Amino acid sequence: MSNKLSAFTENIVDVAGTRLQMRSGGDGEPLLILHGELGFPGWMEYHSLFSKSYKTLVPSHPGYDKSDRLEWVANIRDLAGWYLEALDDLGLDEINIMGFSMGGWLAAEMAVMHPTKFRKMVLVSATGIKPEQGEIYDIFLNLPKDYLKVSFLNPDLVSEFEIICPDDPSESKVETWEVAREQSCRMTWKPYMYNPTLKHLLGRLKTLDTLIVWGSDDAIVPKDCGHIYKSVIKGSHLEIIDECGHRPEIEQAHLFSDKVLSFLS
Amino acid sequence: MFIGHFTERPYQDPKSGFFGATGTPIMDLTVSNDVYDPKIGSDLYNRYLDEKVYAEEMGFDGLMINEHHSTPFCMGGVVNVEASILARITQRAKIVILGNILPIWDDPLWLVEQLSVIDMISKGRLVSGWVRGTGREMVSHNAPPAYNWERFQEAHDFIVKAWTEPGPFRWEGKHYQYRYVNPWARPYQKPHPPIMLPGVVSRDSVMWAARQRIPYVMLATQLGPTVESFQVYKDTAEEEGYEAGPQNFGYLWKVHVDETEELADEVARKFVQGPSNPFLAGNEGTVNPALLGLPGLTSRKRVLPTQKVSTANRGGALSRSYEDQINDYTIISGTPKTVIPKIRHVLEYLRPGSVFFWDGDGAMTHEEQMRSLRLMGEEVLPAVREIADELELPSLFEVDPKTGKAIEPESAIEEGTSTPLS
Repeated sequence: MSNKLSAFTENIVDVAGTRLQMRSGGDGEPLLILHGELGFPGWMEYHSLFSKSYKTLVPSHPGYDKSDRLEWVANIRDLAGWYLEALDDLGLDEINIMGFSMGGWLAAEMAVMHPTKFRKMVLVSATGIKPEQGEIYDIFLNLPKDYLKVSFLNPDLVSEFEIICPDDPSESKVETWEVAREQSCRMTWKPYMYNPTLKHLLGRLKTLDTLIVWGSDDAIVPKDCGHIYKSVIKGSHLEIIDECGHRPEIEQAHLFSDKVLSFLS
Repeated sequence: MFIGHFTERPYQDPKSGFFGATGTPIMDLTVSNDVYDPKIGSDLYNRYLDEKVYAEEMGFDGLMINEHHSTPFCMGGVVNVEASILARITQRAKIVILGNILPIWDDPLWLVEQLSVIDMISKGRLVSGWVRGTGREMVSHNAPPAYNWERFQEAHDFIVKAWTEPGPFRWEGKHYQYRYVNPWARPYQKPHPPIMLPGVVSRDSVMWAARQRIPYVMLATQLGPTVESFQVYKDTAEEEGYEAGPQNFGYLWKVHVDETEELADEVARKFVQGPSNPFLAGNEGTVNPALLGLPGLTSRKRVLPTQKVSTANRGGALSRSYEDQINDYTIISGTPKTVIPKIRHVLEYLRPGSVFFWDGDGAMTHEEQMRSLRLMGEEVLPAVREIADELELPSLFEVDPKTGKAIEPESAIEEGTSTPLS
């Protein structure tokens, strides 16, 4: 499968006791990208930008898209533990890892369990931390389309918005969202979108080069969470992208990619 | 035939504006309790209890109550409290809880104890229904919707075991764990209070009820889809090797009786006014679309024929009018003379062994409800019993829904009466 931006392949791989839907584009050092609450958004421009320099690996977590659900996975930490075995099975070591929203939380949990598994880590608008100011937007009490609209500062100015949030979504798109929401619900309903113990464990990441990225106008996860991540991960950097909501990788794809590529190099 | 009385116990405060189609919108979970007046609440709780006492006096077999949360259309946020009071202030009628919302209980052992106490105080008059609850209930008590069905089934299994097997024992389930189950309260009825399952949507639930041989009660659904949904139960029963009959089925719908046709029409229109349940056919008010689609709450594929119409009827422009409901008999109103043949039609069509007349709801006043209860007692209930006998519609108290065999009076629970208060 490919598109005009950049070639990528997509297949189902057997790893760590289950079947995982995996996409891969580009060559070079591996960069693992972990999606958020609604699953794989499609191969977007930012995927292509990263695949020019990195072997960009984009799985759908178990329970999302075409990856089988793991019934025993009840929270993000369970999923993180499973993912480490999956990386072992895939022969991936000392890789770069980047996660968006709930995928950022997942990356942080994985890194805490096994910091040396990763070369560099990028957390983008990550959930996982309870904000001291503000609240994390409740995706379960809002329809997917409303959630996606609120995820952008100016959805009308984002050319890829129509791809991830069509005006008239197909039946299969709606079903994909519902499957994703159900899996997210199984893992993050209570406490909602954070683990109170995570921030106490993040101190272990002082040896892992970490970049934290937030949109200036994130209406989903308060910027406060970015500051907390920065304060507990010693040596980490916080990059705020101006004129941007919860999805800098889409809303400011080039600026975002430049900053992350510069950090990874 | 088992005949029960039901009302949602709406929070009626004309000053709140929650009345009629032109009133303040009451979309689920958007109404602040800032407007709640406990003095009004106090009067209404007592009113609804008084009406239940009078329903018993007028000959109803069952006093049905239910539970919802964070909503003005139903004040029954703690149904076991109301059931406890009825256990003491009534003498004969069954107290029918339809039902406790199992998945929102983090500690179902407490439910085991509460229901056993209600059964004892009432001298074995408890009918203990379960429901899965709506998105509103999941959100209000922060119960995980994606595990709703698993928690429902495990809580049921746990409660039945705790009711029937001597303790102490341990329970190490997926959602519930106990190191010491030995409640010092056991149900009066043996092996345990009868269980009923009410619902409108889930095919899983109907099939589960059929496999457990638990009677299923359809809530205010249109007649055609109700028959189709009962058929799902019957087919499952056949697979399980038994034949489901009227004793396995119940039906709840709106019935109001009054002194003249004009008065009946005027009052029955109030079913669709006031803060009434937007989830059930044709009421005013709008449901919250995000709550309907709460992730994993109900299987998106395994729904019942009643779900389609139930969804289409959930408030707003799709709401079914009063006239539509009169025309398809989901509201029956009139004088006893005109109401009885219509009820007969419903009984012939659905063949339920239990019926629940839903009355005194929406914007109806206490006086209007009492008038209807009196006329039901004087004229309607005796006629309905005769029709049910003629149509051979035994209830779960006459024919065992598990075996299909007539229940011998001596093997039935000895019907006691609570000690009078004075």
